[in-house]
Amino acid sequence: MTVTLGPTPTAGAAVPLATDPSTPAGRRRTRPRPGLLVAGAYLVLLVVAAVLPALLAPGDPLAADPRATLAAPDPAHWFGTDQLGRDVWTRVVHGAGHSLTIGLAATGIAVTGGVLLGLLAGLAHRFADETLSRSFDALSAFPLLLLALLFITVTGPGTASLLVAIGIATLPHHARVVRGQTLLVRRAGYVEQAVSFGLSRPRLVWRHVLPNVLGPVPVLAVIGLGEAVLAAAGLSFLGLGPQPPSPEWGAMLSEGRNYLQVAWWMTVLPGAAVTATVVALTVVGRHWQARFDGRRP
Amino acid sequence: MSLLRAVARRVAAGLVVLWAAATAAYLALLAAPGNTVDSIVGDGADTPQIRAQIVTEWGLDRPPVVQYLDYLWRLAGGDLGRSYLLQRPVAEVIGEQLAPTATLAVAAAGLGVLLAVVVAVGTTGRRRRWPRRVSSAAELLLVSTPPFLIGIVLLSVLSFRYGLFPVAGDQGPAALVLPTLTLALPIAGLLAQVLRDGLDRALDEPFVLTARARGVRERAVLLRHALRHALLPTVTLAGWLFGVLLGGAVVVEQVFGRPGLGQVTLSAVTSKDMPVVLAVVTLSAAVYVLVNTAADLTCLLVDPRLRRS
Repeated sequence: MTVTLGPTPTAGAAVPLATDPSTPAGRRRTRPRPGLLVAGAYLVLLVVAAVLPALLAPGDPLAADPRATLAAPDPAHWFGTDQLGRDVWTRVVHGAGHSLTIGLAATGIAVTGGVLLGLLAGLAHRFADETLSRSFDALSAFPLLLLALLFITVTGPGTASLLVAIGIATLPHHARVVRGQTLLVRRAGYVEQAVSFGLSRPRLVWRHVLPNVLGPVPVLAVIGLGEAVLAAAGLSFLGLGPQPPSPEWGAMLSEGRNYLQVAWWMTVLPGAAVTATVVALTVVGRHWQARFDGRRP
Repeated sequence: MSLLRAVARRVAAGLVVLWAAATAAYLALLAAPGNTVDSIVGDGADTPQIRAQIVTEWGLDRPPVVQYLDYLWRLAGGDLGRSYLLQRPVAEVIGEQLAPTATLAVAAAGLGVLLAVVVAVGTTGRRRRWPRRVSSAAELLLVSTPPFLIGIVLLSVLSFRYGLFPVAGDQGPAALVLPTLTLALPIAGLLAQVLRDGLDRALDEPFVLTARARGVRERAVLLRHALRHALLPTVTLAGWLFGVLLGGAVVVEQVFGRPGLGQVTLSAVTSKDMPVVLAVVTLSAAVYVLVNTAADLTCLLVDPRLRRS
């Protein structure tokens, strides 16, 4: 999806990504938003699960209990147990760290690479800009999943290749947005003024261009994080991510699939964790985006 | 002839992207660890004579630049190379498996677009708050759920519990229903969001006011005036749609045990059959460029404002 930015000479600090003129921006008091609150609370819970999983699930995610295999959800195991008698709740909680780490690392690669290359393209002269922009186009011509598959064929399956693959596949989107922002900012009045004051080029980029270019990046990163978690779950479902017995959500889903007829909770509940994470990230990301654009969220 | 120039520009850009994609794929081949000869020998007989024969047969003793140019030349002629594992031309392997995947993709795209249009037209406008909220929530849920989970849930409810559809395979149209639905639902979710946004925006335009003032009925305003405008941003998503269909096919074919391009790709990935993976990836990039260029040209034809610049 390309975000096209017209060369409008906006001189503000924050340049809106796409302002929607049809929605009135002028409502002063914002109503409390239950959806946003729930999403925020879930994300807080998720971070707790990732950092201190023992707080939510004190058990061992790998501890098998042969007396209680494939037990349905009940008060003792409220997400049930799997074929080895491992507690699914404990595994889902401990899996949060795996899935979030993969998502964050992939997004980190995409954002860092995207900002650097986008900034370079936006500041460079025509030929270099054209070359870089066409490389972004070429990279985004590969469907995300297939690019990741190609990457994994070269490097072999595993967590590291998984996150690098997703990071590289989502990089062009960030690069394009940053390039567009850079083109806007370099024409802005304060940059011209700084040039006329005789500021050196690296200083100009560091002090004036970069901070103003970064505006839309956090919003994109939050939405991109959801996308990365989703893609990682898909790839590890195909058996190309963290290998069992690691309690990663996609890997758990893949294992649970073999017991679908007798133990739906092994598949559906880790899946619900993935969905809830992506929904929460999207809700928060969209709200933030609307605020950023000056729209009523 | 601003239209002709604009068209020429788009086509040239498409060709450049295509070349870059093919080159990127070639670089991936070079970056693959392990000796190419090792990969070709595989588990077969391994003697120095056989190795020497492979090197001359596959032209591996030529300079890299010559190999690269040769690769581009053969690619342009439709030669996708030979599978290491199957020892057959890749084009043949892919050709055999194209039909089931294409059937699935076309069916899913059709269903997804249809669902999206119906839902978006049904829920646009300021007066329908509740239908809109419900469908927005449903769309968000569908877009955020891993496609394989949708497939698994459909499978366990409709096939295992009620036995309405076959569990696996590709025999008959009944076996196509669940995979199509699995692939179509996330697409419908995203397209409906984009389409409704476009409809909302179009309904605020002056031409809608004019149409209403002329006494045009609300349904006609929606379908004849607003929908046309709203479709344009959706057309630019065609390339994205294709990528989702192909990537989704890999997962869906795995879940439902359907034969097809996805299964071929996945087994090639696990067995490191590089030429097959490369061919699928390059081919998908080529089709993506084609679809995107076509979408761009459609927009140019439909909207004269884009011909400037």
